[in-house]
Amino acid sequence: MTTLTAARERPRPVRRTRKTHARRREGLTALGMAAPAVVLLIVFVVVPLALTFALAFTDARLISPTPARFVGLDNFTRLFQDPVFFKSLRNTAYFAAVVVPLQGGLALVLALLVNAKVRGVNFFRTVYFLPVVTSMVVVSLLWTFLYRQDGLVNHVLSALTLGHVEGRDWLGDPATAMPAIILMSVWQGVGFHMIIWLAGLQTIPAELYEAADLDGATRWHRFRHVTWPGLRATRTFVLITITIQALGLFTQINVMTEGGPLDSTTTVVYQAMRTGYEQQQTAYAASISLVFFVLVLAVSLVQRFLTREKD
Amino acid sequence: MTSYLRFFAGHVGRVVLALVFALPLVFMLVSSFKPDDQIFGDLGSLRAFLPVGALSLDNYTGVFERVPAARFLLNSVLISSITVVLGVIVNSLAAFALSRMRWPGRKLVLTAVIATLIVPFETFALPLVWWINQLPLLRVNGFHLEWTTGWMDTYQVQILPLVANAFSIFFFHQYFQSIPKEIDEAAIVDGAGWFTIYRRIVMPLSGPAVATVAILTFLPAWNSYLWPLMVVQSEELRPVMVGLSYFFQLNVSWGQIMAYSSMITVPILALFVAFQRSFVNSIASTGVKG
Repeated sequence: MTTLTAARERPRPVRRTRKTHARRREGLTALGMAAPAVVLLIVFVVVPLALTFALAFTDARLISPTPARFVGLDNFTRLFQDPVFFKSLRNTAYFAAVVVPLQGGLALVLALLVNAKVRGVNFFRTVYFLPVVTSMVVVSLLWTFLYRQDGLVNHVLSALTLGHVEGRDWLGDPATAMPAIILMSVWQGVGFHMIIWLAGLQTIPAELYEAADLDGATRWHRFRHVTWPGLRATRTFVLITITIQALGLFTQINVMTEGGPLDSTTTVVYQAMRTGYEQQQTAYAASISLVFFVLVLAVSLVQRFLTREKD
Repeated sequence: MTSYLRFFAGHVGRVVLALVFALPLVFMLVSSFKPDDQIFGDLGSLRAFLPVGALSLDNYTGVFERVPAARFLLNSVLISSITVVLGVIVNSLAAFALSRMRWPGRKLVLTAVIATLIVPFETFALPLVWWINQLPLLRVNGFHLEWTTGWMDTYQVQILPLVANAFSIFFFHQYFQSIPKEIDEAAIVDGAGWFTIYRRIVMPLSGPAVATVAILTFLPAWNSYLWPLMVVQSEELRPVMVGLSYFFQLNVSWGQIMAYSSMITVPILALFVAFQRSFVNSIASTGVKG
């Protein structure tokens, strides 16, 4: 008994030092492997973000003879008295509030349609995805042309309704400019989330559907009690990614409307870019970015909280 | 009978939606071969989507007279391919360290990386312009190298900010976790180092993930517009998307715009169609868990 214990215990100290040595080497190797990505993220994301926050409290301009001074909350006081800023907040919220359910829901419908086991399904998946692969700048230019008063959208609408719908200048009217941009954005982006939903659908075990069929479940019941609960994780991912993407609306506005007509399509990120880059008010633009960052963070945290696992 | 009807309805739905997604792109490609007046003339009928009438390559020759399109294409191919290669290596290395190795601070780094996902690039683009002007740069000057500062007007300023990407790291991380860790232990017993495990075992097993990250890195690199507009002044360093802005100076020709748009879009669509199977399968196999 004692000899056995002794025999078992003798090699231990040696092994432990070798083990800590291996651990340390593992740690150093891991740091070395993570370092390139971490350094690049620090240089190109963390530092400029920190600079943005610092600049928000100064009077820096892009090109200025005098060095930047600390001005406290001046930029924010000005910001909260700026009617265009509130318009851009409202437009951004409107865009996100429509695009998130519309794009998420349509993407799920597309995913269900191409999850069927029929011939040619791969073809449809590919076609629905094509706009995602197309550059947003190209898409925006193309649709600017389609949305013209004498453009293709009006011609198609008129043909489908036998001339009952009056042609209009979709992007030139404050009432229709934002809805037009929303439709185009969903058209461009929905294919990506279709693939994400599809990935989720394919993780649901087929046995669950067989069991539901045995119980005589209708198609709606199958969706409600098997498919929908099975997509819980995917739902969170789709919700958060579309929200972040929608709140950052910029390219479409920059190419199609430049915020007009009558500021009906101006957004927070567009405002930040315009004041910062075109009007060279770097510090003021930075304060817009800071407010925007806090808002996105708050929205993401609320969404995370609402979709948390309730175990 | 109802199941047959349902199948039929599903198929009609699929076809109608396919038209909605494809027709604007078909219109773009078809119009690129038509003279301007015919593009407008055809809008009222199905001819808008058909290659009929006075088709020619005039718009394409016009494009090459108007902008240095070959140079732009070359620049974009160079920029996007280097970004993709670096992006796959850098992000997979980081994901490997984060998902398969044990070290203090690992969880914290992963959380911090994912947190960078919520910040749109545009919000810090301006300070980034100022910041890259302070970065040191090694330039070739005649026959010797010299240190200067400022990355404006270079290739690397169009490449390096796009390389490290939180989504790619997260994606590789999820994929690597699906590969059994026992393989690593067995390899270590056989005397393999961590880098060997990464290069000889894990990466060869991750083909679909590499394909997906390659596509998701390529697209923003190829499509980048705002960033090169801000940091590149010399024409010979410009990428393809910036070329679009040339067509709105002086007399606008929609035929030429469609031709240039098709030139910079259709090759990418073709590449995607060629690789789409591994792309879709790869996203499906990681089963993205939020």
